[in-house]
Amino acid sequence: MTKYRVNKTKHVDQTKTVSFDFDGKSYHGFEGDTLASALLSNGVHLVGRSFKYHRPRGIMSSGSEEPNAICQINEDTDLTEPNVRATEIELYEGLQASSQNCWPSVNFDIGGINNFISPFIPAGFYYKTFMWPKSFWKKIYEPLIRWSAGLGKSPTKPDPELYDHKHVHCDVLIIGGGISGIIASKIAAKNNLKTILIEDKNILGGSTIFQKNENYKINDKYSGEWIDEEIAELKKLDNLTIKTRTSLAAYHSYNYLLAKENISDHLPLDKRNGGIRQRLWKIRADKVIVATGAIERPLVFNNNDRPGIMLSNSVKKYLDFYGVSCGFKNVIFTNNDSAYETAVSLKEKGISVEMIDIRKKSNSKIVKNAEQLGVKIYWNSTVVNTFGLRKIYSIEIMNLSEDGSNVVGNKIRINCDCLAISGGWTPMVHMHTQSGGKLDFREIDQTFIPNEIDKNHINVGSCNGDFELEEIINITNKKVKNFLKVSETEFDNTSVLNSKELDKRNIWLLPNYISEGKCKSFIDFQNDSTAKDIKLALREGFKSIEHVKRYTTTGMATDQGKLSNMHALGIIADTAGVKMGTLGTTTFRPPFTPLTFGSIVGRSVGNFFDIIRKTSIHEWHIQNKAKFENVGQWKRPWYYPINNEGLHEAVQRESKAARDSAGILDASTLGKIDIQGTDASEFLNRIYTNAWSKLGIGKCRYGLMLNEDGMVYDDGVTTRLGENHYLMTTTTGGAANVLSKLEDYLQTEWPELDVYLTSVTDHYSTASICGPNSKKILKKIFPDKDFSDDAFPHMSYQNGKIDEINCRIMRISFTGELSYEINIESKYGKSLWEKCIEAGKEFKITPYGTETMHLLRAEKGFIIVGQDTDGTMTPIDLQMDWIVSKKKYDFIGKRSLYRSDTIREDRKQLVGLLTDDPNEILEEGAQIVSDMSKKPIEMIGHVTSSYFSPNLNKSIALAVVKSGKTMNGQKLIVPMENKNINVTVSDSVFLDKENKRINA
Amino acid sequence: MFLINCPYCGERDQSEFSCGGEAHIVRPKQPTELSDDQWAEYLFMRKNIKGVQFERWNHAHGCRKWFNMVRDTSNDKIHAVYKMGEKPPVE
Repeated sequence: MTKYRVNKTKHVDQTKTVSFDFDGKSYHGFEGDTLASALLSNGVHLVGRSFKYHRPRGIMSSGSEEPNAICQINEDTDLTEPNVRATEIELYEGLQASSQNCWPSVNFDIGGINNFISPFIPAGFYYKTFMWPKSFWKKIYEPLIRWSAGLGKSPTKPDPELYDHKHVHCDVLIIGGGISGIIASKIAAKNNLKTILIEDKNILGGSTIFQKNENYKINDKYSGEWIDEEIAELKKLDNLTIKTRTSLAAYHSYNYLLAKENISDHLPLDKRNGGIRQRLWKIRADKVIVATGAIERPLVFNNNDRPGIMLSNSVKKYLDFYGVSCGFKNVIFTNNDSAYETAVSLKEKGISVEMIDIRKKSNSKIVKNAEQLGVKIYWNSTVVNTFGLRKIYSIEIMNLSEDGSNVVGNKIRINCDCLAISGGWTPMVHMHTQSGGKLDFREIDQTFIPNEIDKNHINVGSCNGDFELEEIINITNKKVKNFLKVSETEFDNTSVLNSKELDKRNIWLLPNYISEGKCKSFIDFQNDSTAKDIKLALREGFKSIEHVKRYTTTGMATDQGKLSNMHALGIIADTAGVKMGTLGTTTFRPPFTPLTFGSIVGRSVGNFFDIIRKTSIHEWHIQNKAKFENVGQWKRPWYYPINNEGLHEAVQRESKAARDSAGILDASTLGKIDIQGTDASEFLNRIYTNAWSKLGIGKCRYGLMLNEDGMVYDDGVTTRLGENHYLMTTTTGGAANVLSKLEDYLQTEWPELDVYLTSVTDHYSTASICGPNSKKILKKIFPDKDFSDDAFPHMSYQNGKIDEINCRIMRISFTGELSYEINIESKYGKSLWEKCIEAGKEFKITPYGTETMHLLRAEKGFIIVGQDTDGTMTPIDLQMDWIVSKKKYDFIGKRSLYRSDTIREDRKQLVGLLTDDPNEILEEGAQIVSDMSKKPIEMIGHVTSSYFSPNLNKSIALAVVKSGKTMNGQKLIVPMENKNINVTVSDSVFLDKENKRINA
Repeated sequence: MFLINCPYCGERDQSEFSCGGEAHIVRPKQPTELSDDQWAEYLFMRKNIKGVQFERWNHAHGCRKWFNMVRDTSNDKIHAVYKMGEKPPVE
């Protein structure tokens, strides 16, 4: 046992030694320690350097509010993590931790020079300093700032651990397992409500659990003993789920809450066994009881940041919970009674302690208790300075003037090795405000407390501003009873003895004999913002707390202002001479404590990142070495390289084969919507630009769908299967959106139409065979069918059978070639495909992918919605006037086609582009200009599709160009990074304008 | 994250729904007879109120039904849900 481990407690098992490393040095702690308590038990206070001035800093607290003791853990492993609070991480065998923000070491840190030049780097100095000379920014300032910015090191390897998500519902969720949370849980669970209690520590009981003081008794027991018994009973309740090591991250509307459970972070690395590290609980609760407690405030005085200066209640926790004394000559500096509990506890263990109290007196029982034990108290006094670079060794105190605005009398010097400070308590109202709750300011102890109007949650205990033990028990009991509509509870007649605080005095910024400009009175310890910085910001005209926060970075460190925000507000109010309550607070945003990325994404990594959709023919594509392309969630064959072909070679070969003999494409991913109902034809009339009433049964028609704003939305071929039955195809990526848009119109605008829509995309697989030999191949597959142009013309469909399996054959073409599509139930997709390949063998049928499909359709000038259009193209812009019915009274988007903007002649319009050098292939997305002489050069359009056509033996491109319709034959320029490419505007149909090949 | 009471399915998590913007904007029966301004009024103009707003919602990952909802956009309180075609609650 080290000399600082002065006390045996039941929470730390001093028979089980745990060894760990800090900054390369080996230490020992015990099971039950946190890293912080283990370091303190070894006398280590100095654990880090502050962000801006690189001042040495020590452990300050014992919880999530810790601003200083943040570490990099397990550096050099895949599991390394920065910014871990030493006060929260449970000690385990082999833990390696190191301090951050110091170089070369925490004891000797080069950056410490910032402390001496600090007069030159006040708040906002970044904005003021790095402005000039301009040329310094890129080479000097930015690299320098980047080098010094940031805390800790991100892991460089993929996170090897597993994370999980869990959705749960409950009647009552209780946040916080301190005394009020325990009371609430017991009432809820005992009244038949499905209850969940979450607590971020590894045990329940909050700060009551280490309470053993004559002045605080419940039913004649020490409050710590009483709560032990309550916890034991609580664990027996059936309706209650207790989740420890689980911290609430976010409280969203309608009682939807996120909580992070640490499952293996407290285990040695070799005991984690690849299990789940953290689980994010997504909780929907009928009722929420917030019992998150309060955080002790520091005091703001000159040099209040030295290692050895700690929060008073944390000193008590280290002593009574972990058995560690933070010092042997303690001084406690306070403005309230709670610090006297620490004094009594220290004194009872024979450890030296003196009190400095800014109040003039206090007659409460606990203060009397301390006095009786012989604790010396300096009333009406303040600390004006502290000494000790890497550890505090003495302080200077002075008396306060009557109004507290100044110091009077002589300086007294007191030696100490630990200065515990307490500036009162701040209720943790984060959860209340995250849920949308408002706050009230309570003048008497200068706290913001919840203003409850929401019927679905309440705040109990010290997060509600109830600090006295008696209040906590009685008010919690009463509120929970009302909230859960319970008439009586076991807590109704609890007898509580507690010392009441009678005298209060608060001074946000303690006065000093040293001039303000020379004082370093820290508010935000991690970000090094001082009272002086706040005042500077006010002088420079910042008024809103939100602006002051950002300018001075107060409250923007990893603790998110848990310790600093109230002091910043108080000092602003005092300086500006306004009431603190009128300033409001900064916004409390989730998460309350940082979440890991892993816990946010859960299992949605790797193959589970997004849904992967595969066609029934997918396996064949893989066997035939297809390269795949993602189209929405679909995996589509992109091209099928043979030997060592690249994309270009493969596509050239595939394209040529499709036009010379036969090609086959897996078109299963195209969206398919089955449309039935007596008004189906009328419905199509309203949603497509062209007319549908006269389409014969067994015929197919291409349709263009617009948005109500007149812009092209989707396209595809629809087949009339029967009198009241159609099969619509959509683009692959647009399928889901088209269906939902059609449903929208049907349900909301035209509920009178008798039409039913069903998505059948996944139900059918489609093989598309094209090329001059496609008819012969079809004939082999369907020997009984007459494929003559008369019997089976272009744009028609017929039923067919393959071995008794029904299929639909559509003679439609997206390539301009003679072409058939065979639809079959998905489970037969692969066998259909294989049959087609077999039948096509003698014609050297060539499977082709999306790239070749794009090339072939571009040769014919067919558009791809989403590639050649971008939501700003009307059918007129696409030169597709032919598909817009003049006769139809109305269809979606019709009225927009003659708005003043859509009839402009100089809109971007679809054209073809031919490069002057036929071997030059344009880049898709490249800008197009006509006049290079006038600066700035006007960009009149851009390339939307571009390929080298093996069938035409030249480069072809589609583009949208302002007034393109009238520019046929005109010379334009496509400027690239290192050259200008000369192009000529052409017709957008490059091949077979007469449509001869369709019937070849 | 709201809890939405789908008029067809009951209470479901917001993630199952998608919002379709302001409700009760009826598509004009005779668009061709409208001026550009009148058509633009239908096509583009939306109120986006801070306060009580009537909205269209779709139970996209559920029954696929569209319905209307009265929501206070300032505090996300849902005051009512009702089926398409039903009269909005007066209040």
